[in-house]
Amino acid sequence: MDSAYKHSPAWNVSWLFVLLAGFSLFFSDIEIISLEPWQELKRLFMGLLAPDWSNLSEIGEAFLQTLAFAILGVAGGSVIGFLLAQIFHWRWIQVSCAFIRAIHELFWALIFLQIFGLHPLTGLLAIGLPYAATFAKVYAEILEEGDKSALQAVSLDASRVSTFFYARLPDLWQHFKTYTSYRLECGLRSSAILGFVGLPTLGYTLSSAFMEGHYSVVWALLLLFYLLIATIRYWVRPALLPIYIIAAPFIVANDSTISFDNVQRFFTEDIIPAPIMRGESLSESWHWLSDLLINQALPGIANTVVLTQVALVASGILTLLFFPLISTHFFKPAGRTIGHVLLVILRTTPEYILAYILLQLWGPSMLPAIVALALHNGAIIGHLIGRYSIEIQLRVDASRGLNRYFYELLPRLYGQFLAFLFYRWEIIMRESAILGILGIATLGFYIDSSIQELHFDKAMILIFITALLNVLVDSLSRYLRAKLRLRTNVDCRATNDYCTARE
Amino acid sequence: MKFKIFLSVLLSTLILFSNMALSASPKTLVFSAIPDQDETRLKQRFGDIAKYLEKQLGVPVKYVPVKSYAAVVTAFRNNQIQLAWFGGLSGVQARLKVPGSQAIAQGVEDPKFHTYIIANHSTGLKASDEFPKGVAGKTFTFGSKGSTSGRLMPQYYIEKNMGDKVDNVFKRVGFSGNHSKTIALVQSGAYEVGAVNFKVWEKEVEEGKVDTSKVSLIWKTPAYPDYQWTIRGDVDKEFGEGFSNKVKAALIGLKDPDLLGRFPRSGFIEAKNSDFDPILETAKSIGIID
Repeated sequence: MDSAYKHSPAWNVSWLFVLLAGFSLFFSDIEIISLEPWQELKRLFMGLLAPDWSNLSEIGEAFLQTLAFAILGVAGGSVIGFLLAQIFHWRWIQVSCAFIRAIHELFWALIFLQIFGLHPLTGLLAIGLPYAATFAKVYAEILEEGDKSALQAVSLDASRVSTFFYARLPDLWQHFKTYTSYRLECGLRSSAILGFVGLPTLGYTLSSAFMEGHYSVVWALLLLFYLLIATIRYWVRPALLPIYIIAAPFIVANDSTISFDNVQRFFTEDIIPAPIMRGESLSESWHWLSDLLINQALPGIANTVVLTQVALVASGILTLLFFPLISTHFFKPAGRTIGHVLLVILRTTPEYILAYILLQLWGPSMLPAIVALALHNGAIIGHLIGRYSIEIQLRVDASRGLNRYFYELLPRLYGQFLAFLFYRWEIIMRESAILGILGIATLGFYIDSSIQELHFDKAMILIFITALLNVLVDSLSRYLRAKLRLRTNVDCRATNDYCTARE
Repeated sequence: MKFKIFLSVLLSTLILFSNMALSASPKTLVFSAIPDQDETRLKQRFGDIAKYLEKQLGVPVKYVPVKSYAAVVTAFRNNQIQLAWFGGLSGVQARLKVPGSQAIAQGVEDPKFHTYIIANHSTGLKASDEFPKGVAGKTFTFGSKGSTSGRLMPQYYIEKNMGDKVDNVFKRVGFSGNHSKTIALVQSGAYEVGAVNFKVWEKEVEEGKVDTSKVSLIWKTPAYPDYQWTIRGDVDKEFGEGFSNKVKAALIGLKDPDLLGRFPRSGFIEAKNSDFDPILETAKSIGIID
């Protein structure tokens, strides 16, 4: 007998993802390898009690570098992104931007390290390029979905440029500003983690200190980083920006030089597949390629997908646990403050650093990566959903506690929750790939190995595959959002939230 | 308006910035070293070597810290450093990439270098002359992916003795990053077995940094050539005729035990490119070099 009751598509999709994650979990490698992980965790928190500021000049230098690279990278990216947004309706621009975005900053840094070495251009491009592609897309969306009523008052013979500056920009300026300053915060995180591959930013000092177990130094760096991000709205002011932008080049400048020969060599020798360079036959080339695909790309893809799916569902579960912490429907101001502090710390710490910390403590299985991704993303979406929940007006006699959570709020927030989670899907996948550099066998592991063995041809093919995988997940996520009719339009206030979730 | 100001400021700074990069003085000898030990101390380790070389050579000498083995090779190749303290493998890679570059000096210990296989006490593995086949099925960590003593040679000897790929021999294979970290990880039990540069092991044991009741040496590889100083072939053109010989003499003339302890070596002797041919052959047989 057919039941008259039908589950909603959102319900079905949710369970499909949960089942997929459960299935993936079966193939994932999630053990704690260290014999005394809690001992190490205890040592880590003892470091928090006595942060070591003694090496202030080195710490200060790392922060200046982090700031300077972030400011220049984001500024350059936003200008180029803004220009690209004007021609974003061209299909090939959209496709190239999607592709550039799909490659993580750290991979870009590894590529540019080969071309420009220790020159600051490596860091600037590693941030600037993917950021320009993201800016182009989001700016174009803002342009498209923003208020167009002023256009009707413009005379027909007004030039395009003046139409833009007088009829469009004033209405949209706030959106651009909000989003750009949010991206500066992301840029600081990106700039910090570039240190892990050798740029002189926070990650450099942090990873060295961590490797040697100098936890007091680790905490000094992390606390300062939280402070920097938490006070961002006080020190990022339109009037101060030109000063920063003028000062930053002097900070990042070093005396290494770049030569055009290196650039040329990279494109004409380094990344050309070895069998082609050696002029080998087609069958030998195929052997080379299939060896790469079977022994590196396939296991890398499988692990990346497994990690992504588990982390995505874990992020969702944590979101549902986190959002009541900052919601007026559940906690009094004192309780909410604690919730806010927790969520701010979790979302300020880049997932790469969180994963790095947990890996040092538990050893290199997938577990630290899952926990890091879930905590970071759960905190971001939890924060957004928490804020949405505040706007929901409940009846005075509405139920309380668990009943309120399950019968009043969750049904009203679930669509928004899924929309945000699907936005983060592609980001989680990009991070899953990159965490391989830390030793988990996702695509990043094989890419890093190829680069360490100076096989840039292999690395480029693997990076290309990683990007394709990302583009695929991105379109799948767009398809699901459309199918489930999850809200994707950006009204005025939502722009910021939308962008936060979208990155 | 604001936007235009912003744009013009940005453009002018970019121009300024690129000028600064171009006008940098090229007459400083820049060197680096593979980050094989405690990375927080790289500057302390090599900063004084720069001072020593500067005094001997009469040109400004600068040390730049680099985060990975591959990055040192890249910097050498891009002429951002002209001199480097390489491992056997990174040196071979660098000289292949930069024709004309020369190995000029090596540590007294380097022609007969060893890798120690070390194990956590919980494995019950004991020191032996025979390859300890009991390592099969344990968790295992190399050092850095690009290391000779921490990766290339141990992988070669393990695969030779066990007749299988390391991935199949061990339950789990990791890369600790450097030799001091390998010792720490095997000592803490995060990995049961590891491969470490014998000089770093002996130095850390001597300094009392190793708890030998928890981690001990179980096997030693046959001897192979390892670290060396390599210099670019075009330095004579850039810094004057005979410059690479001057650098060579300065390195071989380095007698200060404190400075030598930074490497750690008892002294430096002459080296030539062909000394490292065995490394090249091994790297080819494992597939690290095509």
